[in-house]
Amino acid sequence: MFESPGISYATLWPVLLVLGVACTGVVVEAFAPRAARFNTQVSLALVGLAAALAGTVMVGAGPHLGVATGEGALIVDGPGVFSQGLVLLVSLGGVALFAERRLDNGVSAFAGQAAALPGTPAERTASQRGLEHTEVYPLMMFAVGGMMLFCVSGDLLMLFVALEVLSLPLYLLTGLARRRRLLSQEAALKYFLLGAFSSGIFLYGLALVYGFAGSMSLSEIGAAVAEDGSSPLLLLGIGLMAVGLLFKTGAVPFHSWTPDVYQGAPTPVTAWMSAATKIAAFAAMLRLFYVAFGAEGDIWRPAIGVVAVLTMLLGASFAVVQTDVKRMLGYSAVAHTGFLLTGLLGVQNDSFGSTQAVLFYLTAYGFATLGAFAIVSMVRGPNGEAGSLDRWAGLGRTNPWVAGTFAVFLLSMAGLPLTAGFIGKWGVFAVALGAGQWPVVAVAIGSSVIAVFFYVRVIMLMFFTDAHDDAATVVTPSYATTVVIALSAVATVLLGVIPGPVLSLLVDAGGFIG
Amino acid sequence: MLTILVLIPFAGALVTAVMPARPKMWAFGFAVATLIAGIVTMFTAPDTDRVWMEPLGVHWALEMDGFGKLMVMLTVVLVPLVMVAAVKDHDKRWYAWALALEAFALLTFLAGDLFLFYIAFEATLIPAYFMIGQNGGPGRAKAAVKFLMFQLGGGLVLLGALIGFYVVSSQAGPPSYLISDLAQLDIGTTAERWIFVAMFIAFAVKAPLFPVHTWLADTTEQATPATSVLLVCILDKIGTFAMIRLCLGLVPEASAWATPVVVVLALISIVYGAVLAIGQDDLLRLIGLTSLSHFGLITLGIFAATREGLVGSILYMVNHGVATAAMFLIAGFLITRKGTASISSMRGLEKATPVLAGTFLIAGLATAGLPGLSQFVSEILVLISAFDYHWLVGVIAVSAIVLAAIYVLWAYQRIFTGPPQLSKQPVADLNRREIGVITPLLVALLFFGFVPGPLISAAQPVVAPLVDVIQAGE
Repeated sequence: MFESPGISYATLWPVLLVLGVACTGVVVEAFAPRAARFNTQVSLALVGLAAALAGTVMVGAGPHLGVATGEGALIVDGPGVFSQGLVLLVSLGGVALFAERRLDNGVSAFAGQAAALPGTPAERTASQRGLEHTEVYPLMMFAVGGMMLFCVSGDLLMLFVALEVLSLPLYLLTGLARRRRLLSQEAALKYFLLGAFSSGIFLYGLALVYGFAGSMSLSEIGAAVAEDGSSPLLLLGIGLMAVGLLFKTGAVPFHSWTPDVYQGAPTPVTAWMSAATKIAAFAAMLRLFYVAFGAEGDIWRPAIGVVAVLTMLLGASFAVVQTDVKRMLGYSAVAHTGFLLTGLLGVQNDSFGSTQAVLFYLTAYGFATLGAFAIVSMVRGPNGEAGSLDRWAGLGRTNPWVAGTFAVFLLSMAGLPLTAGFIGKWGVFAVALGAGQWPVVAVAIGSSVIAVFFYVRVIMLMFFTDAHDDAATVVTPSYATTVVIALSAVATVLLGVIPGPVLSLLVDAGGFIG
Repeated sequence: MLTILVLIPFAGALVTAVMPARPKMWAFGFAVATLIAGIVTMFTAPDTDRVWMEPLGVHWALEMDGFGKLMVMLTVVLVPLVMVAAVKDHDKRWYAWALALEAFALLTFLAGDLFLFYIAFEATLIPAYFMIGQNGGPGRAKAAVKFLMFQLGGGLVLLGALIGFYVVSSQAGPPSYLISDLAQLDIGTTAERWIFVAMFIAFAVKAPLFPVHTWLADTTEQATPATSVLLVCILDKIGTFAMIRLCLGLVPEASAWATPVVVVLALISIVYGAVLAIGQDDLLRLIGLTSLSHFGLITLGIFAATREGLVGSILYMVNHGVATAAMFLIAGFLITRKGTASISSMRGLEKATPVLAGTFLIAGLATAGLPGLSQFVSEILVLISAFDYHWLVGVIAVSAIVLAAIYVLWAYQRIFTGPPQLSKQPVADLNRREIGVITPLLVALLFFGFVPGPLISAAQPVVAPLVDVIQAGE
């Protein structure tokens, strides 16, 4: 007899709500008149996310924390709920940036009609009729739902399903830029092809791990690994699954899509995606490595260490030579992945361990990157955004507030004290050093120095250089974008000066539950 | 109370940045308020200790011992003077940054918690970076980046030491970053040596010491003299301050272990800096390089680790601050008049500007350690300890005095003596504002030259326990 799995709706309703909002969005798209769609979709998304965020907080504070549900497929524990909340927070900001229509003369950053090929009469018609892709909001909601599931997946199949649910909308969103559409579509294709590849590899690894353990559940795999860890089946499985996750986070040598996608995607998508995907992917990676493969730490730690070293060095070095601000931030995201991987090398303990360090780093990085890309979308020339760094020269004189805020985000990414980035960096280095990984920490410190160079160069360009003739101008955005930037900046500084509450929250949240 | 001392300049920076009317007056007002608060806290200031970031064991702990008092006084006195001196060629942003710099510098001198120290140590770089980059010579942007890269490089290495302390501390129990707690820790020899190396690199960059000094000359050449005063006389002192407070205080055995290397580096700094200074044509660069030589002497005194050496170094830090500030400011006045810092383009200014020439000579001779001027006492103490350490070290260190006399007198000769230059505009002597800035500094130089007692008695109690710890370790 088939028995339906018991599902704890008390802990899962925020996820279901977001997915429900996504489905409702599709229905709205089908039936609502064109004029009403934008407002309906935006308010639906905002309200849905806000309600889900409130729900996540309730779940986190409630009595049901730490239960396995759906026959162990979903495990709602402290770190999982924390990362879900973080994804939701960043996504709220993301919706606000998606809805920005003042920067580009009343149209959004998305293509009027993606089906109309670039440069054809169809495209012209679309833009004359003022068409708009309001499908982006349901797409985004699906991705958010996938990310939230990714954070709490307790078995391999759920992990794979969530990975696909979060990835597919991202491929689409990447290709929807209104301007420089060919670049955007190329980026989307690249992202999709490489992403599909990595999903395949991930699935292959998953199958091998299942073959080894005879179970999909992470905790049962963990028990099997503890019993017999040297099976080649398992090692190959760990390796292949790691490839899939490392691809999502943009770690070297699976990073090559990052700068292209960051540059090609519409800037609001880049802003939201760079923060949210990283949070979800690292939450899942932490869970997978600690719960399922924790007993085999001696085998995967050196490998992850090598990847971390390469990622930090290459990310930071390539960022130095970039001339486009979005590409530079893309490579900087690669370098940050390396720092996060350094944090993964530490050990889990009940006070300040790897989980806490990585999650704090993700919080700090999430706000900084969201704010930084939001500012990138405001700095424009006659042909849309001014990506080229030369055109940012002298911005500190013409727009001290914008440049100053951007400098705050950059300094946070560089890890200077009194910003959230510093505490984050301190944390991941401390846990790695505590686990005796001093060579990796030494490289991390070295690449931090390289990384500082390109952040500082942008600050120098903005504040100490005179503007050229074709200097970019700052377009005043709507309140939504302003609020996102302001809140990100406040969060960046506040988490740097008084990180205590968030750190305590993380410590109280405890570790992953098997 | 100590918290207030730090908060006043910080609030001042914010107020100055947003104040539309007369921001410079506001900035000066806040600097004076800090000066007053500094004097008050000299006499009555209970230590502060509050938990700040609990999971990391970080405390907001401020305390002021004799050494801290000296450094705080130096800071709070110099900042308002520099502000008056700098009024002509800086805008309000510079003033705001200067106050921020003061706040963070005070925080480093007061910090009783290593994490807090580190935060302030790194945070000083942001105002300094903007001060260098926004005002000064044509190569200032490059100099600012070079400055920041060196300093941050050092700072990140220090971060390694900071984390090392956390790891050791959390293995011993609940983590704590209080310097007093860290001093109790039992660190293994290897770990202690690594921590020492990381800390020393950071402080050597800051101080600066050969071979990580190269940012100094470029920075002082490109930055305005007022910025240089804040950098060299206050900020760089954090480096030597931390060598005493943290290297000797926390890892004394490793400090003793590294002393031979440090002494050699210090000797190279002393001689190399002085020799380079002799050949310099750019006046600001020259003064920057003399500081390299002087910081070498300070470091030598610290690591020779005798009572005299440490007292001498602490005194030297104060006196060097005063004398070099005077030098930079006078050079600044000279450069405003001539429009260039090139020594070869100045000649025979003595007749036209007797006051300027006189003050230059006094400040210059003070840096060269002429008896009767304050630096002499500290230099003698350092040299005694150098001879104590090894006679050869003493001999090499003494050469610094000869070289110092050469670069000061030769610079004076080239700028002020000789037939006056025929120029279209006559060069004016110091005006009242400028004299007002220089007088307190010169008075301090003369006063502490004849009455070094107060400084020595402030430094003595700090030194005694350190020397005991070190000698016990040997």
